[in-house]
Amino acid sequence: MNILVCIKQVPDVEKVKFCPETRTLVRDGVENVMNPFDRHALEVALMMKDKVGAKVTCLSMGLPMATEVLKEAIAMGADDAALISDRALAGSDTLATSIALSAGIKHLGQFDLILCGKQAVDGDTAQVGPEIAEHLGIPQITGALKLDYVDDKFVVVRENESSVQTMACAAPLLVTVTKAEKEPRFASIKGKMKARKANIPVLTVAELELDPATVGLPGSPTQVKKSFTPEHPVINSEIINEEDVDVAVDMLFNKLVEAKIITR
Amino acid sequence: MAMIVDKETCVGCGACVAICPVGAISLEDKAHIDADCCIGCGACVNECPVGAISPESAVEKKIVENNQGTDLWVITELENGEPVGVTYELIGVASDLAAKAGEHCCAVLIAAEAGDVPQKLIAAGADKVYVIADAKFADYNTDLYTDAICQLVDAYKPSALLIGATADGRDLAPRIAARKMTGLCADCTALDIDVENKVVEWTRPALGGNILATILCNETRPQMGTVRPKVFKAKPMDATRVGEVINFTCENLVTSPVELLQKEMITSATSLKIEDAEVICSGGRGMGCVDNFKVLEELAALFENGTVAGSRAVVDEGWIGHSSQVGQSGKTVTPKIYFACGISGAIQHLAGMTGSDMVIAINKDANAPIFNIAQYGIVGDANVILPKLIAKIKAYKEN
Repeated sequence: MNILVCIKQVPDVEKVKFCPETRTLVRDGVENVMNPFDRHALEVALMMKDKVGAKVTCLSMGLPMATEVLKEAIAMGADDAALISDRALAGSDTLATSIALSAGIKHLGQFDLILCGKQAVDGDTAQVGPEIAEHLGIPQITGALKLDYVDDKFVVVRENESSVQTMACAAPLLVTVTKAEKEPRFASIKGKMKARKANIPVLTVAELELDPATVGLPGSPTQVKKSFTPEHPVINSEIINEEDVDVAVDMLFNKLVEAKIITR
Repeated sequence: MAMIVDKETCVGCGACVAICPVGAISLEDKAHIDADCCIGCGACVNECPVGAISPESAVEKKIVENNQGTDLWVITELENGEPVGVTYELIGVASDLAAKAGEHCCAVLIAAEAGDVPQKLIAAGADKVYVIADAKFADYNTDLYTDAICQLVDAYKPSALLIGATADGRDLAPRIAARKMTGLCADCTALDIDVENKVVEWTRPALGGNILATILCNETRPQMGTVRPKVFKAKPMDATRVGEVINFTCENLVTSPVELLQKEMITSATSLKIEDAEVICSGGRGMGCVDNFKVLEELAALFENGTVAGSRAVVDEGWIGHSSQVGQSGKTVTPKIYFACGISGAIQHLAGMTGSDMVIAINKDANAPIFNIAQYGIVGDANVILPKLIAKIKAYKEN
């Protein structure tokens, strides 16, 4: 089985803090990491590799430094990796990104299963996976919680707001992953050594024979008109900072009764 | 798209350095933007007090001729044959935008059977309802729904498609966008329309909610966006409203290789969905362990329509299910009362619950950001405070 995993390098957004006084982002010490959902997608691929045997290839698109997350993927157990990187891709929106990634996937070969994280935590769009599937003309299942391979079919469990659904589909299939069934594995010593030696090819727009008008800024139908920091309304907080817990609970309880939150 | 600094105009104040979400700007007397780091978000453009920053290649996208599409469409999502809340919310906002721009608000209904749903969609504010009814549409399927909607789009050429940012909506929308090679804006929280050009202004959070971006799709049609549930209010139903119902039949509808083997409904009498709850007792990593969530259940049980939820951290720990996650990568909730217990209030979490009428926070750290948005709070260990609070509430109710 041939599996491809799409991986994005993202800023560690959980470490980005907002300073209400200066209304600015505090980003000291914020590093770039593998998108957490992609890490789960990679774990799903590696579990499949462990179970039925598979070659796992990882593909990223980004700045040259994104090779870091691809090396990390190899250290975790991926067999191969490639990076799409080109200045002409700067400013790509999700459609332009999906066009470049699907060209990269076609360039790398035929895959039975393409896995993506449900969404990247910097953009939170969850759009690139399904858009890739459309460009490749293959079916998709989004937000997988479980993926298995039974009788030559992928069996995927996903949920929406009202139900949990079990779906089956033969290869080729693209699946976006919410969560692997177990926590993503750590890199092994052997994997780390392999990653260190790995030579990760960098694919350019020219090598992928992409029309520059379909990628980057020219290929992006959406444009950012403006961006701004969200307003949080200022409210009168009544915060009890009292050492004696019983006194503190009494105070809160009385406030909640006063505010008619607790009624008989 | 990298930004460039006009060094003549730049006063070297550093405002852009502080606002840049990716740290691409440094100050060397004047501001300098590292083009390789810049993600082109434009935050610095607005922050600059002297207007010294602008996009590198100001490729001005031409605004399409208006004859390429008219009307705002809302795609109806059904649950047990009834439109879900966000469908009515979107019809509400789309009818306002349509009225502003002199267009119509239309609902698209794909269903096994239309029943009385078109009338409900009209009562909620739709001027027209396009109905595609076929037994094949009994359950949501990406391939079938994409094909049906694209056929309808080709036939009637809407200006914009609005889709609820639900699990299925976010599965469907990018598939349609990629097929029509058009722009799609994810998970919007504010909408407006440029009346002159009929261009929808989609506003959405990015970088975990740290910044909001307003996005346009000038050149391609339909303009598309998914819109977060519970952000807009549905209009009161007006049964006297009159609208047009247009039945549409698809030609050579595709078959899907994806087979639905089993569907298990989540909703049951005992578990209230967090987005429908009036009181949410939410726990974070500060609860310590999964067993301590029992106390949250006990608290929730003291209120009508009360339920338990949690932060991303506790979902990752497996203490609660993914469907109960509040925040940027989970659900948006707007309860009357939100108890935040052992939740520090990371911006990603706040993105999902600041619409609550009242927030009550319990956290050991007096500096936790959750206290900035809480009406009431106690600095302390939720595991000590909650049992005492529950005991007091129980005693009060019994009296």
